[in-house]
Amino acid sequence: MARIALDHLAHSYKISPQSPDEFALREINHRWDQGGAYALLGPSGCGKTTLLNIISGLVRPTRGRVRFDDLDVTDLPTEARNIAQVFQFPVVYDTMTVRENLAFPLKNRHVPRDRTAQRVEEIARLLDLTRVLDRKASNLTADMKQKISLGRGLVRPDVAAILFDEPLTVIDPHLKWQLRSTLKEIHRALDITMIYVTHDQTEALTFADKVVVMHDGAVVQTGTPDELFERPAHTFVGHFIGSPGMNILPCRVEGATAFIGNEVIALQRLYRTLADGERVELGIRPEFVRLGPKGSGLPVRVRRIDDIGRARIARVEMGERSLVASVPDGISIEGSEAALALDLRQVHIYANGHLVSGEPLGGYGA
Amino acid sequence: MTKVLNNKAWFFVLPVFAIVAFSAVLPLMTVVNYSVQDTFGNNQFFWNGIAWFQELLDPSTELGGRFFEALWRTLLFSAIILLIEVPLGIAVALAMPREGWTVALCLVLMALPLLIPWNVVGTIWQVFARGDIGLLGWVVNHLGIDYNYTGDPLDAWITIVVMDVWHWTSLVALLCYAGLKSIPDAYYQAARIDGASRWAIFRTIQLPKMRRVLLIAVLLRFMDSFMIYTEPFVLTGGGPGNATTFLSIDLVKLALGQFDLGKAAAMSLVYNLIILAICWVFYTVMTNVDAERERVEA
Repeated sequence: MARIALDHLAHSYKISPQSPDEFALREINHRWDQGGAYALLGPSGCGKTTLLNIISGLVRPTRGRVRFDDLDVTDLPTEARNIAQVFQFPVVYDTMTVRENLAFPLKNRHVPRDRTAQRVEEIARLLDLTRVLDRKASNLTADMKQKISLGRGLVRPDVAAILFDEPLTVIDPHLKWQLRSTLKEIHRALDITMIYVTHDQTEALTFADKVVVMHDGAVVQTGTPDELFERPAHTFVGHFIGSPGMNILPCRVEGATAFIGNEVIALQRLYRTLADGERVELGIRPEFVRLGPKGSGLPVRVRRIDDIGRARIARVEMGERSLVASVPDGISIEGSEAALALDLRQVHIYANGHLVSGEPLGGYGA
Repeated sequence: MTKVLNNKAWFFVLPVFAIVAFSAVLPLMTVVNYSVQDTFGNNQFFWNGIAWFQELLDPSTELGGRFFEALWRTLLFSAIILLIEVPLGIAVALAMPREGWTVALCLVLMALPLLIPWNVVGTIWQVFARGDIGLLGWVVNHLGIDYNYTGDPLDAWITIVVMDVWHWTSLVALLCYAGLKSIPDAYYQAARIDGASRWAIFRTIQLPKMRRVLLIAVLLRFMDSFMIYTEPFVLTGGGPGNATTFLSIDLVKLALGQFDLGKAAAMSLVYNLIILAICWVFYTVMTNVDAERERVEA
């Protein structure tokens, strides 16, 4: 059981990295609390797996330290850390039975036979593997194999954290959901820190209490799923999380007024003067942009309306900009002329990609 | 929808049948033809039934005696070769680098012996092992060890075995290396997390994953060593005495030396059947071990 702290951690796969571009992982300071369910979310190649491998000790970081509680484990090999890891592709030892697979980590650590047997039974019950315990591991389905990989981690009683590296990639869709629930149950039952790497926002948001969003080798935001949705700290988070992603519109901001092209939007917060060189953008999620009849707001041209099941969304153009808006029930648009109404509480201003927090105007939202 | 039956595909297969007929079936049939006849020259042949086969398989006859001697000799040779080359090949493959420029260097160096024509290999070792001018023979003799592969049967055997190991271990090693390279990194990483020792990794990951290539390696090395001809023929000519007269060498002596076509044909067929049978046994055993274990457990 441990709290995992990353202290000024950075990693490059080059031997002597020169520019920041050569770092797969830029400087990261982060703390994973004991017992938390974390998701590490980001697109392929953003450094998620590197970070995971550093925590488990498979990769030694170029700079910075890794601490489990107060113990500096940066120089400790994988086998000396009480960490388990489940990989993208299920790893089972082909020649062994499921029981032998589960017992393998304990056997290697010279745990007495009766303790091992008892522990294997417990974990098998937890993962619903009891009835296949004596089968050969090589002949099972991918989701069973992935459970065995997980079981090999859980079987060690001292394990402080389990790291998952996109563990559901090769699992059939209808079993994904089931396996994810199993993970949640185990998390609740065992009070183990879990760090779950994925590029799938649904997986991340349903699994984790806290989501760490990574982009281009850096952590851009850590927060609960709600926080990520409502207050994205970076335009990347806004765009990456949510489906469809946040509308990001280049704009000019003066005090509490935003100018998008010729349109003027009265904001609910007062912003500092943003320098000329900064890239200023306004972000608002499609859920908070409502399409209405012509004349009821910002004038737009409707390109297409899609029915995505629980809602209808419209792809519209405002001047040169493309936006996505939600279409309220009961509204039908004649022709292509329409208007947008923005929920001004949900408008965020970004400078060079980062959220700018303004001062509340006249008491609202304070 | 009605299914249209179209047999035109047979025309594409026909050339293969024709080639196989001329390259394999017809020559084999001539051998079968010889094996049931006797000749006294002048292209006069007489029906002999299965007499050659009976003589061949009866160790008390002259023909049967030399056949079984050569057969045991060849089997012993193949067994020694497999026992040395397979473990050695695995060890070499495990020791080879996984990445970097040394990989290419290793691969080229290892492939070199495989590229040398077989009679050149024989010649190289014939000279190399000579006591008077050969580096190996001269050094060994000057170390005070009495070594003479043309006079001492044991020395001749050692020389041929060492030569074959030098020539063919690379093949086993390269096959195993390919098998090892195909193991995803995640297996090694998982093993490290599970705290597996180097030996446990070999036993539980590397060896099982090398199964298929090892099967191929064992089959190839068995067939090649069981049919070995050129190198020992060049090196020892089957001697001293008959000490290194393997089946293939004996067969050539019988067919071309004594021109006993009938006996030689019968011997060829039996030889061929033995190879097929042993390969079948190897293949069945190695592919079924897993399936059987599974069946027992189920």
